[in-house]
Amino acid sequence: MPADIEFSKETYLFWYEKMLLCRRFEEKCGELYTRQKFGGFCHLYIGQEAVVVGCETAIRPEDRVITAYRCHVHPIVRGMHPKFVMAELFGRTTGCSSGRGGSMHMFSKELNVFGGHGIVGGQIPLGAGIAFADKYRGSDLITLCFMGDGAVRQGAFHETLNMAMTWKLPVIFIIENNQYAMGTSVERTSNVTDLYKLGCAFEMPSYPVNGMRCEEVHQAVADAAEHARQGRGPVLLEMRTYRYKGHSMSDPQTYRSKEEVEEYKAMDPIETTLQTILQKQLATPEEISGIQAHVKALVDESVQFAEESPLPLPEDLYKFVYTQPDYPFITE
Amino acid sequence: MARELQLREAIREAMREEMRRDDRVFLMGEEVAEYDGAYKVSKGMLAEFGPERVIDTPISELGFAGIGVGAAMNGLRPIIEFMTFNFSLVAIDQVINNAAKIYQMSGGQFNIPIVFRGPTGSAGQLAATHSQCFESWYANCPGLKVVVPSNPYDAKGLLKSSIRDDDPVIFMESEQMYGDKGPVPEEEYLIPIGKADVKKIGEDVTLVSFGKIMKVTLAAAAELEKMGIRAEVIDLRTVRPLDYEAVVASVKKTNRLVVVEESWPLGNIATEITYMVQKRAFDYLDAPVLRVTGADVPMPFSRPLVDAYLPSVARIVEAARAVLYI
Repeated sequence: MPADIEFSKETYLFWYEKMLLCRRFEEKCGELYTRQKFGGFCHLYIGQEAVVVGCETAIRPEDRVITAYRCHVHPIVRGMHPKFVMAELFGRTTGCSSGRGGSMHMFSKELNVFGGHGIVGGQIPLGAGIAFADKYRGSDLITLCFMGDGAVRQGAFHETLNMAMTWKLPVIFIIENNQYAMGTSVERTSNVTDLYKLGCAFEMPSYPVNGMRCEEVHQAVADAAEHARQGRGPVLLEMRTYRYKGHSMSDPQTYRSKEEVEEYKAMDPIETTLQTILQKQLATPEEISGIQAHVKALVDESVQFAEESPLPLPEDLYKFVYTQPDYPFITE
Repeated sequence: MARELQLREAIREAMREEMRRDDRVFLMGEEVAEYDGAYKVSKGMLAEFGPERVIDTPISELGFAGIGVGAAMNGLRPIIEFMTFNFSLVAIDQVINNAAKIYQMSGGQFNIPIVFRGPTGSAGQLAATHSQCFESWYANCPGLKVVVPSNPYDAKGLLKSSIRDDDPVIFMESEQMYGDKGPVPEEEYLIPIGKADVKKIGEDVTLVSFGKIMKVTLAAAAELEKMGIRAEVIDLRTVRPLDYEAVVASVKKTNRLVVVEESWPLGNIATEITYMVQKRAFDYLDAPVLRVTGADVPMPFSRPLVDAYLPSVARIVEAARAVLYI
């Protein structure tokens, strides 16, 4: 994959701004979580940002996205104001899942974000099903189905790859291989550590991608999207990436060395992209400062919005369980 | 005089009518297309609707159940057939964690209009893994509806309602009912989910059941009739939501209740009904509520043990007499 392929100024600035927004937003999430401003789990995406932004510029807004529980950033990159994600973390009615989902379950029908799913691998058949529906209707929309490296050891992954390939569903399976399933390294989970090779068993086009570089992510996804859109079936991409933070906020990270973390931070996608922007003179330092100030303002606004938003009322406990308005819940 | 259809034909007719009515409805499962259905329920449907809408799957229940849920999230209305609900256990993550939850977890953005259907319960000597009743398991889970018809008329009307329902529905049939014949009108009709049916009016004792065991319950009521005991027989038809009102109203009349169910006893539908009856009709009861259920063991293979396991006419009659103190 040529790393020096030309991308537009807009693309580079989109990547930079969205990655920076994701990073600053999640740093704030970590801080607020530590201060016990919200409960539940909190799995941060920090370090992996090049994957989500490189995917976004390679697909259409109408295309579908579904992911696992590390899902704070996917709606933001698709265009959601981060305040709706923050409000969801705070369990507010203004949250993107109305306070019913929390950290692991961010949804936006409007932005074609089909969730945030908490059971490892459980979203993989859903992704294929979403693609099934688009193919059934004869549309040329595609689905990006994200998962972590842990999910590929689930039966749902293998069953879904088999059917998606047999039925030539327009879905791109994106393994975000951050190298650790919680605290268990990829090497400790299987004899097969090149995860893209798992697609080869189904004769699915399957490739490894440098997930620390937006350019390479974009190019791989653009090629895969073209393939899927033409009705030629699914593609599997293994994005090799890294999370700087623990699996969740309660992770002491005894399973890896500080040196390893530093090694990856040295190839940080935000820093790399900024250097490229400056080298190519796509933006002035003043413009960069403007982006940084804008991002900071969005994050500050998000916290304020979440804190000021209303909590759900206890009498709304039964809302959103059935579409049937008069469903007779058992209350005695 | 309405024509008679087998239960499998009534279910097929419901699916056919709904697929003709709404092109978002499709059928997916093992052997549903080219084999014409493991129990011939979907016979001829591939020929009518083609392979885009009648879809054979590999033996991957977890995968195709989830593909169904994903398709439902994205605007289709799948009918997912399990060859039996015994096999739904390998797919239960998709049913419980996704089909039942996504509407709530998405704050009402994505509803899941899907039907999971297939036979439940025992079907002859199939031993422990192929003879199980999970009605109460699924009914325990908010977000789902659970329909368990007992005859062709109900099956057709309830399945049509299930397919049109915007919430996920578990629709449980029986291998041992597919050949049962019953009257099914030519003209279209729907039966609402959640309404019980009083099959026989009586004053002496209330018998409540659902699904295949309704046959045994009705036979027991006929036996009781010969003894001069007039049983009121209620077919629940749906176990989530459950028509408590119908049961309570009958108990207030008869003052005695026996619940008949094929599943294991602990935490089953009979238990739930017993709770609600003691809560709402305590002062009306003239005897403790009794239940006749499957035995508290995995279903064995050998015939005498199968017979000892299942609710029988004799056991139901005995229970009815016990609550009548005769």
